Amino acid sequence: MTNGKELLLGEPERVFRREESPVLRLNEEEANAAIDETDALDDDHRMILNMGPSHPSTHGVLRLMLEMSGETILRSKPVIGYLHTGMEKTAEGLSYLQGATNVTRMDYAAPLFSELVFSLTTEKLLNIDVPPRATWIRMLMCELNRVSSHLLFQATNGMDLGAVSMMIYGWREREEVLRFFEKVTGLRMNHNYIRPGGVAADLPEGWREDVKKLLEIIPPRLEEYDTLQTNQPIFRERLQGVGVMNPAEALALSATGPILRSTGYVWDLRRHMPYLAYDEVDFDVVVGTYGDCFDRFAIRLNEIRESLKIIEQILELMPEGDYRIQNKKVTPPPRARIDESMEALIHHFKIFTEGFHVPEGEAYVAVESPRGELGCYIVSDGGPNPYRMHIRGPSFVNLQTLPHLMEGGLIADGVAVISSVDPIMGEVDR
Amino acid sequence: MTETEESNEEVEEKTEEYSGPTSYGVPVTESHDQVVLHPAPAQLLETVTLLKEDGFCMAIDVTAVDYLTHPGRKDLPEGLNPERFEVVVSLINHDQGKRVRLRVQAGTDNPTVPSLFDLFPGTEAMEREAWDLFGVVFEGHPDHSRILLPDNWEGHPLRKDHEVGRIPVQFSPEVGRH
Repeated sequence: MTNGKELLLGEPERVFRREESPVLRLNEEEANAAIDETDALDDDHRMILNMGPSHPSTHGVLRLMLEMSGETILRSKPVIGYLHTGMEKTAEGLSYLQGATNVTRMDYAAPLFSELVFSLTTEKLLNIDVPPRATWIRMLMCELNRVSSHLLFQATNGMDLGAVSMMIYGWREREEVLRFFEKVTGLRMNHNYIRPGGVAADLPEGWREDVKKLLEIIPPRLEEYDTLQTNQPIFRERLQGVGVMNPAEALALSATGPILRSTGYVWDLRRHMPYLAYDEVDFDVVVGTYGDCFDRFAIRLNEIRESLKIIEQILELMPEGDYRIQNKKVTPPPRARIDESMEALIHHFKIFTEGFHVPEGEAYVAVESPRGELGCYIVSDGGPNPYRMHIRGPSFVNLQTLPHLMEGGLIADGVAVISSVDPIMGEVDR
Repeated sequence: MTETEESNEEVEEKTEEYSGPTSYGVPVTESHDQVVLHPAPAQLLETVTLLKEDGFCMAIDVTAVDYLTHPGRKDLPEGLNPERFEVVVSLINHDQGKRVRLRVQAGTDNPTVPSLFDLFPGTEAMEREAWDLFGVVFEGHPDHSRILLPDNWEGHPLRKDHEVGRIPVQFSPEVGRH
C-alpha cells in the first residue's frame, strides 16, 4: 500500500480551530441577532446570508448559513434536518427482512449500497455466508449503481455550473442503467433487492445482453462528457483550484470517498479492506492531486470507467448456483413448497409475521458507496427486530468539509463546492 | 454530592478489580472479528490519543445506544458496570487495514463523555447527532447544539422511553423570518 506515508499530508491545523474557524457556530437566534446588527455600510460589509433549503443548487433541502463580506464567503454552516424522518427509530420497529425497505430510502441515488451494508451486518450477526452467486449479483448491481449514481453527479454538477445540457445527458445515461434495475428488481429506485440471506430474485433471462448493451452505450457517452466538460476551458476555470483541501485535513474531518481521494490519498475499501469478492476483480483506485473541485469531478467520471471494467469482469466470472441461502429460518420457502409442506407453510408464516431471530450481539460493517464509507452498526438483543440500527452516512460526515472548502471563496464557487461534495440529503438527515 | 462520589468510587474499584485481557490500558473484547475496547468516560481521551499515535488516523463514527429495555448485555468484559447509555466510537487504521470500536459506558441519568473534537474534528457533527437524538453530553464540544431536530425540540427521540408518534409535529412560526 502506498498509503499517504510517502505523500506530504499537509497541515491539518485549519480544521482544528475553535476560534476563527471557517465553521459558523451560531444558532438561529444568534444569527437573527447578527442580521439585525448588520450594517451594510460597515467597512468590511459583513452580513449573514441564508441560502436554501429551497435552492436549485443545494441538492435537495440543504440550507447554508453564510457569513459574507461582499461576495466572499468568510464562515458558513450547513443547516440540516429538513428531511429527517427518524429512520433509525423506524428501523427498531421493523424486522430484519423489512429493514432493507427502510434503509434503501436513505441514499436515494445509491439505494443498493444501503441495502447491501444492512444485509451484510445482519448476516454477520447471524453468522451466515451467502452463496457465491448472490455475492456476485450484489457486486454487479452495486457497481451498476455506482455508475448510475456518478452519472447523476455528472448531470447535477453540470447543471450547477451552467452546463445545462449536461443535465439532460447525465440523466439520459442514468435512465439506461435504471431501466436494467427495473427489469431485475421491478423498481427504478428503492429496490429492496439485496436482502439478508442473498438477493430477492435471480437475474432475469437475457441479463447478460442487457449489461453488455450498457457497456457499449456508456463509454462513448463518457467521451462526449470529456469533450463537453473535461477539456473545456470555461468548465475547468470554474473548478480548478476551487475548494481545495489537503489529505491531513480530509483525514481529520473523517471525509471519505472521492473527497479523500481527490487529495491524492489512496483509500478505497474495495481495495484495502475487500468485502464481497472485490479481491477477485481487477480495478484501479482513482485519485486526484490537488484536492480541488476539478479532481473530485474527474475522480467520479473515471470511477464510472473503473466500475464498467469491474462489470465486464463480473460478466465473465458470474458463477452459477443459488441466489440466496437455503436456510429455512432466514429465507422464505419457494411458493410451490408451501402447498406441499406443512413445515414450509409454518416457516413462511413465521418469517413474514414475526421475522427471524438474530443472535444477541453488535456488529459494524462498512462498504465503499459512491460517496464514501457507508457503515451500518446493529445491536441485536436476540429478537426479530434490531435493538438499534445506525447508519454511518458518508454524505452526513462529508458535509462537514463544506465550510472549510468554501472559506474565502466567492458565492458562485460555493455552488461548485456544494456540488463537488455531492451530498444526498436523504442520507444526511435520515 | 456524597452519593455521586460513592458511585464514582465504586466504578473505580470495579475497573481496578478487572483482571481480564486489556489493550491500551482498557478492557478489551472481540465481537465478530473486530476489536472492541471498553474505556471508562474518564479514560476515553487518553485511549483515543494512544490509538491515534498508533496509526488509527480517522474517527469513522460516533453514535450512542440506549440499553434501557435491553434484556442484559452479555458481551461486556466481566466487572464492567453496564450503564443505560453507551457511546460507540469507531476508529480506522489505514496502514494496517484495521478497525477498532470503543464502547464507553456513558452513564444512566446524565450521560456525559469528553468530546473528541481536539483529536478528530470530524466528530463534531456525529457528536451533535448523538446529543440531539440521545441526549448524551459531550464535554468540550465547540458547538453543543441540536443538528437534525429544531433548536426548540423537547426530548431525545432515539431514547427507548421516547415512543414513536408521541409528539405531534411541531411548528414554530415565531422563529421563521427568512
